[in-house]
Amino acid sequence: MTRKTRGSPYAPHTAADTAAMLDAVGAADEEALFDIPEAVRFDDAFGIAARDERTVRRELEGTLGCSDDLTEFLGRGHYDHYVPALVDDLASRQEFLTSYTQYQPEVAQGFLQALFEYQSLLVELTGLGVANCSMYDAASALGEAATLSQRVRSVSGERVLVPDSLREGKRAVLDRYADGPDLRVDSYPTADGTADVDGLVDAVDDETAMVYAETPTVVGAIEESLGEIGAVADAHDALFVVGSDPVAMAVLERPADVGADVVVGEASSLGLGSAGGMGMGLFVTREEYLRQVPGRLVGASEDRTERRAFTLTLQTREQHIRKERATSNICTNQAWLALRAAIHAATLGPDGLVDLAEDCVRLATGLAERLDDVDGLQAPVHDRHHFREFQAHTDQPAAAVASDLESEGFAVHVVGEHRIQVCVTDATEPAVDAFVAAMAEVA
Amino acid sequence: MEERDRYRGDAGADDAGADGDADSEAGETVGTTYDQARWTDDGAYEPLLAEKDQTEVSVGGEDSPLPDDLTRDSLELPALSEPELARHYARLSEMNYGVDSGPFPLGSCTMKYNPKFTEDLAAHPAAAVHPDRPDESLQGLLAVAAELQDYLGRIGGMDAVTLQPPAGAAGEFTGIHIAKAYHEHNGEDRTEVVIPDSAHGTNFATAAMAGFDVVELPSADDGRVDVEALEAAVGDDTAALMLTNPNTLGLFERDIEAIADVVHDAGGLLYYDGANLNALLGRARPGDMGFDVMHYNVHKTFATPHGGGGPGAGPVGVVEELAPFLPTPHVRERGGGGDGSAGGDSYERYEPAHSIGKVHGFEGNWLVLLRAYAYIARLGDEGLADASAKAVLNANYLAEQIEYEVPYGPFHHEFVASAGEQDAADAAKRMLDYGVHPPTTKWPETVDEALMTEPTEAETRDSLEDLAAAFNAVAGEDDATLERAPERTAARRIDQVAAARSPRLSWHALDD
Repeated sequence: MTRKTRGSPYAPHTAADTAAMLDAVGAADEEALFDIPEAVRFDDAFGIAARDERTVRRELEGTLGCSDDLTEFLGRGHYDHYVPALVDDLASRQEFLTSYTQYQPEVAQGFLQALFEYQSLLVELTGLGVANCSMYDAASALGEAATLSQRVRSVSGERVLVPDSLREGKRAVLDRYADGPDLRVDSYPTADGTADVDGLVDAVDDETAMVYAETPTVVGAIEESLGEIGAVADAHDALFVVGSDPVAMAVLERPADVGADVVVGEASSLGLGSAGGMGMGLFVTREEYLRQVPGRLVGASEDRTERRAFTLTLQTREQHIRKERATSNICTNQAWLALRAAIHAATLGPDGLVDLAEDCVRLATGLAERLDDVDGLQAPVHDRHHFREFQAHTDQPAAAVASDLESEGFAVHVVGEHRIQVCVTDATEPAVDAFVAAMAEVA
Repeated sequence: MEERDRYRGDAGADDAGADGDADSEAGETVGTTYDQARWTDDGAYEPLLAEKDQTEVSVGGEDSPLPDDLTRDSLELPALSEPELARHYARLSEMNYGVDSGPFPLGSCTMKYNPKFTEDLAAHPAAAVHPDRPDESLQGLLAVAAELQDYLGRIGGMDAVTLQPPAGAAGEFTGIHIAKAYHEHNGEDRTEVVIPDSAHGTNFATAAMAGFDVVELPSADDGRVDVEALEAAVGDDTAALMLTNPNTLGLFERDIEAIADVVHDAGGLLYYDGANLNALLGRARPGDMGFDVMHYNVHKTFATPHGGGGPGAGPVGVVEELAPFLPTPHVRERGGGGDGSAGGDSYERYEPAHSIGKVHGFEGNWLVLLRAYAYIARLGDEGLADASAKAVLNANYLAEQIEYEVPYGPFHHEFVASAGEQDAADAAKRMLDYGVHPPTTKWPETVDEALMTEPTEAETRDSLEDLAAAFNAVAGEDDATLERAPERTAARRIDQVAAARSPRLSWHALDD
């Protein structure tokens, strides 16, 4: 497989090549190429054994197999939908997979066009005019929205209001982003799984720079007061930031129609599936904030033959040009996952995407009803419309129920002493009957 | 402004026309040339999905499981069959250049070959897990994470490593926040981060995002840190020095011990930007040079695919004293010490004592980290050391053969040539016609008309000679030829000014 028996299998030099090249550059040996003072030279070993490809595969597959094989009824921001084979096949083409940021657009039209189409998908879903071509995940996108609020002239103050139910991981990332610009992150109350608008009105003040609301919320409830929340934010000249995802937005109220200034969220609900928490953040905003947007933007232009062509644009916002005055430090993003999401959306088409979203409502509603019929369970806890997931009360301690469920081959979230959270999608739908049966055993 | 300027940079120019399709013959006489696929339809390039179909479906109504006041009215997107989509994206891929297409010496980006078997591992069903599961049921994932932390610690000479940051810049963000938290923990209010003028733009942006004032350090005449200038720049306000070593000119900071002393004596921390770690594997370690905190760019050094812009991953390593400040959760062997030392045969997640919290909503780009683990395991000590040796050899061999001047040395895995009287951006465009991706251009600014070149270890001697021939062919061409380039790529030179002046960022905006 390789001409060499030692060294990197991905460095193709024969011994003769190496000797000739060293000779050409006037170096006695490879070590002579390193201009490193003796005092800081590393003359030890890492102690990492080289292995052939088959061995690494066997070992890693063995190690990965040490995780229990559970059917995951898990969500809370990380969702598993069936990803069509076409996504893997096309995205894996080396021209996409092994390329990088399109600094030379003339030779990278394919990826640029795919990202432009991804941006267009998000513009259609949100009704807002400017989508960037990805952030790391929903949490960092929320953090970036908070810093955006400080760059928008019409907004003053340094308070960021988020629902008190915000998922812990997302809140922690927001707190980190808020630390540098000295933003104060406060929460407003929720009631029955969605925003308590009266509580929000009490919490908001003229120092509020941003109000954040999610739909569906962390408990899977569809937020019913988005328009009112947006009006509260607007009345205090605060940015209204909505968190959602592209599947949910296919059917839920268009963020532009409820007054959203920025939409953030987890776009890896398309194209990725369960990935150990890896995600892809979406970031969409109004055209008036265009020059304050973080991250990369693909725009249409023309080439010398007057044909339409695509290029990264408005790069003077970015770190490699603007340095400490950049809108963000982000450079490497999640572009390949944006490509995957775009291909997934395209395979679904508008009908398929709407069907998938409506299934997320039907599946959650249906499973909640079935669990509610199980002795020892009441579901859903919140009297709301649900999307993908819902919480359930367990008469037994929730941890014990979840642990027993694991023995039956299923995973759910434990979110309280007597409360679990259950997420169901097209990926887990075939296992629903078995799941309900297992629940009946353990609850 | 002149017509030529329309196709550079972001700002400024006005009018211009296109100059037709007159292909230059010059490229056909030297070495490799390249003709990229160029699909057109009625004279336009490959249409957008939305130009192939737009179907509007109504949402809500009787069949909807939701009341109409919670739903949108309609959704309009392309409705195309699988064969049509396969063709669309296959054509787009043909209009894109990857590492397997040809040399990709994009300086500072380490565009090395991406092994294929790591893709299979990343797609393995046992890797497709949700992170919100009890540690007991996720032992496979946690074992890989713990072992990767261990590998990275050994490679960087660091005592503890977090895998959470999802990119290099996120690693910087994490590391600088760790430094901030450390100083605050010690009751110190340090407000400045010192950064050499040759550093990556992310360093400056990161320090600013974390709330620090940036102190830019001018380089010495030899392209390295000016230790006297550093002494003058640091003080009681210094939180950290962010340093890339070898720096962006490929030069090793020979005075690194003195630099570390200056920063440490002032009470600051030393941050290592891992972008150029591919130069040093097995030869020198940031931890041994006095660095306190560093990030690794696994998509550079450890060969995970760049994916057209990402995802990467930017794990952060720290010395023992900073370990309590790492993001939560951190992975360790159960029953072991807090430093991850051996103790048992199972793994757990825990919150470090003074954790800065989180920098990713979950635990980072897991499937990228898994690929990096597989790459390190495949190469081992010998392979990693060989990768650096060949990366440095390749850069030196290439530089030896090109006619452009390389003002600074001795360099390692990358060098910065000067295009001299030529415009570096134009020279780069012309290189595309010779079947190679050009270097990073016009940066760092310490070199006029910079061509920052990093061939990586993946190129053969023959391929380097082709690459050198491309450089030299372009070096010998006149400005008119360069300005007309590229001619053989899917699109010809693209008007950057028009793109920025009237931004059209979605297919919805194209009718305007």
